[in-house]
Amino acid sequence: MAETEKLANLSTGQTAVIVTLPQGVPSLTRLREMGVLPGTRIQLIRRAPLGDPIEIGVRGSLLSLRLQEAELIDVRPEP
Amino acid sequence: MPMEDSLPNRRTRRTYALVGNPNCGKTTLFNALTGLKQKIGNYPGVTVERKEGECTSPRGERMSLIDLPGAYSLNARSPDEAVLRDVLLGRRLDTPQPDRVICVLDASNLERNLYLATQILQLGLPTILALNMVDVAEEKGIKIDVAALEERLGCPVIPMQASIKQGLVQLKFAMDKDPMPLAKPIDLPLSRAMSNALETGHQTLVDGGLVSPSASPFESLYLLSEHDPGHHGIPSGHWPILQKARTHLEAEVSAWEDQLVSARYDWIHENCQAIIQRPGTAQASMTDRLDRVLLHPLWGWATVLAIMATLFYLIFSIADGPMTWIDNAFGAAAAAVQEAMPDGDLRNLVTDGIIAGVGGVVIFLPQILILFFFIGLMEDTGYMARVAFIMDRLMSKVGLNGKSFLPLLSSYACAVPGVMATRTIDSAKDRLITILVIPLASCSARLPVYLLMIATMVPSDQIAVTTKVGLMVGMYLLGTFGAFVFAWLFNRGLMKGDHSPMILELPSYKVPSLRGIVLQLWERTRLFIRRAGTIILGISILLWAAASYPKSDSDDPSVQLSQSFAGQIGKITEPLIAPLGYDWKMGIGLLASFAAREVFVSTMSIVYSVEENEDDITPLRDRLLAEKKPDGSPRYTPLVCLSLMVFYVFAMQCMSTLAIVKRETNSWKWPLFQLGYMTAVAYLTALLVYQTGSALGF
Repeated sequence: MAETEKLANLSTGQTAVIVTLPQGVPSLTRLREMGVLPGTRIQLIRRAPLGDPIEIGVRGSLLSLRLQEAELIDVRPEP
Repeated sequence: MPMEDSLPNRRTRRTYALVGNPNCGKTTLFNALTGLKQKIGNYPGVTVERKEGECTSPRGERMSLIDLPGAYSLNARSPDEAVLRDVLLGRRLDTPQPDRVICVLDASNLERNLYLATQILQLGLPTILALNMVDVAEEKGIKIDVAALEERLGCPVIPMQASIKQGLVQLKFAMDKDPMPLAKPIDLPLSRAMSNALETGHQTLVDGGLVSPSASPFESLYLLSEHDPGHHGIPSGHWPILQKARTHLEAEVSAWEDQLVSARYDWIHENCQAIIQRPGTAQASMTDRLDRVLLHPLWGWATVLAIMATLFYLIFSIADGPMTWIDNAFGAAAAAVQEAMPDGDLRNLVTDGIIAGVGGVVIFLPQILILFFFIGLMEDTGYMARVAFIMDRLMSKVGLNGKSFLPLLSSYACAVPGVMATRTIDSAKDRLITILVIPLASCSARLPVYLLMIATMVPSDQIAVTTKVGLMVGMYLLGTFGAFVFAWLFNRGLMKGDHSPMILELPSYKVPSLRGIVLQLWERTRLFIRRAGTIILGISILLWAAASYPKSDSDDPSVQLSQSFAGQIGKITEPLIAPLGYDWKMGIGLLASFAAREVFVSTMSIVYSVEENEDDITPLRDRLLAEKKPDGSPRYTPLVCLSLMVFYVFAMQCMSTLAIVKRETNSWKWPLFQLGYMTAVAYLTALLVYQTGSALGF
């Protein structure tokens, strides 16, 4: 079983499955409502030209979030 | 067995509410349904755009349509989402509860769109699901079994492509259906503890009078889960009860909101996974291909720069012609009045007060229109979100987010469209801070002042052009620096602890609808003229009166001005502005340019009795250079000119901006605060420049 990694540390183009999002963090509740949940498959599409924020693909949509939030999310990278 | 609704009162016109996620094509659909028959305004008490229109059904029945703000969830996080919730629940006094709902879904992103849709369906209003952008879904290789979706949810599902009006007829037929099948109940997989806790929460709100005893438990749910920093739609007296109910709920079920989100996505997955088929390997869509260039570390920057350069080129080149026409038209109008009316105060009021005052504002309309057009184009194509993505890191350094970039940039041409463009900023705090610092960007109205002052400061034509350009660039940099410093300061001072994450959707690119953009352009312009018009007119008349009364016996306008209230105010305030290096004549200029900054130049022409000539400031410059202090030394030393320019960089001298900020923040508090802090900063920096310069012997 692959080890978990912070979402912020994925490399460009890499896909991963979300393992945990801390509960009860208001800034993450909206992200959940937009479909970023434990078990969801996501892809790190790219980083912004200045490195932050990052763009992820989730359930067919493209979302941008800051590293500050991405640091809180644990993912399991897919081979 | 689907339930059916009945319409109790047949005489009243049926009202449909249009709802959906941002970027699902809701506004395109609204425009397609209503055509030009729409009314745009504001919901009273909040700066949320209110759009209403009407359309005729195939049966010839007239129906009203309300375009509600785009939202991801009924758990409100912004005033927009609070308005959506309150209109759908019938909680707003100004808007009766709609009879039916059209929920627009982005077919290429169905699971997430169903999140809001299932929330809406649970409210129990008869609802049609408009499955929009089926072409984009097809391009991505997504297949949706519409019949199965309809069967599972129980309500009509109409596949469509609103941008080319495909499916519009079918939608209108569905809207005409009477009675309309109601959606089947949606039972989220909730734990017993959660169900009980929500029941208790509902009871607490009923007992507290927040919701009526007959209200649906969902009304309580969406009040309990609201996170709008301003708590719009909830009277402040109810907050303690709401807080109590929340604390109780949290104690019963920890992270209950997160659990509810998961339960809803579980339900969607459980019930819809067989209906939505995704391709095994995602195909690169048009959006992917475009983003590879437009968000490229190098080409991304190049594109942003190229687009901004084009924008400013257009503003300063194309707008020039129409601005001259407007100027001539107002001049001709004033001349015509001059002819037609007998000499007297009334004539002067009309020509010098009303026509000149309003003309001074209307002259910026071409710039404002071009900016609105560009902003609309960037919003409509989806590029706006990309600019925010690229710029976010930079803007976050001063506590703002990427969406503040474009409004701020627009303000280098004119602050009015900049302030209006802040509506795209979701975070209330970021939006307010952006509005507060926008007028610090050196707008085009400051240009004539800078040009006159630089010409006076460096009069010799021999001096290298680079010095003059350098001074000009310095003023722009100073304003920009000020905007960033104050954004940073306000971010620490205002609404502390309101951390809103910058979660931004990058929508699929689409071909812009020119009709939609022009429609929006027209509405925004009309709104500006109508709302700001009265304030601008009022201040124009006031300033005219200050310069015209009391009357002097002299025919010389310069003598008249010096004896007027404006002249007297200038003289009275002279001790106040003397430390900045100014005399009372400059004081008159400062006062008069409160209407609009460029008025400074024409006022100084009157003060010094110089024939006004827009194309050549040399006579005025020479007159300023000849002006002497009582001791015989020159009045307009380079240091005084610099002090004046610095004052103009920071001072809030624009009644249009104040009027528009009042409208966009819904109170006089913020425009007055802006006026106060900017005037103080202008005074202090000009003081610092003059005193330091004097001490150094300049």
